[in-house]
Amino acid sequence: MAARLQEAAFDPGAETNVFLAETAGAGAAVSFTGLVRSLPNDPVLGVTLECYPELAQSQIGAIIADAVARFGLLKATVIHRYGALQPGEPIVQVMTLAPRREAAFKGAEFLMDFLKTDAPFWKKETTPAGDRWVEARVADDDARERWR
Amino acid sequence: MKVLYFAWLRERLNRGEEDVSPPPEVVTVGDLIAWLRSRDEAADLAMRKPELVKAAIDTKIVPHDTPLGDARVVALFPPMTGG
Repeated sequence: MAARLQEAAFDPGAETNVFLAETAGAGAAVSFTGLVRSLPNDPVLGVTLECYPELAQSQIGAIIADAVARFGLLKATVIHRYGALQPGEPIVQVMTLAPRREAAFKGAEFLMDFLKTDAPFWKKETTPAGDRWVEARVADDDARERWR
Repeated sequence: MKVLYFAWLRERLNRGEEDVSPPPEVVTVGDLIAWLRSRDEAADLAMRKPELVKAAIDTKIVPHDTPLGDARVVALFPPMTGG
């Protein structure tokens, strides 16, 4: 189990290979990568992620422990970046390992839903019209609540 | 007690942290927010919707009715937008 916070870029493929190097007893692994979004009708020039590192470490650790207990995961890793990022760059990677695919998929989805609302990161987007703080989405709260 | 501010709260207050000594009648996180608002106009404006202010005491996220107790660090921040 690992929670990694870092400012530096990471290589999702290389991280997946490291994660898959040890899979004793597992039948399923899921890897999810979240990227800096920039859409044609809503272009973003860059994103700055502010972070409260001490709280992020403990929150992500608790979310991972919860996911492992809930879905019987054999292993789970979260990598989350902070600082300045460009469109298309990976922000977050979630990887789960489980005996069967259902638990691996659900575990990864659960981890992402909780990271969105419970991990202390704040996104500020730079757009052609200026900078703006990303507002929390009701849809993200709803996604988290369905696990209750 | 140290108070930390993050994201737009930090920007609107123009400071990331401060040391404060609230009076004894400030018992809960909600009391602390109200007291901080009463001290200066920028804080009053920035936290005029207390439901948009989340809090953590010594790196544990807590609701506003939580007693401050022997808190060393109280962090105040907007709803989180990670992932």
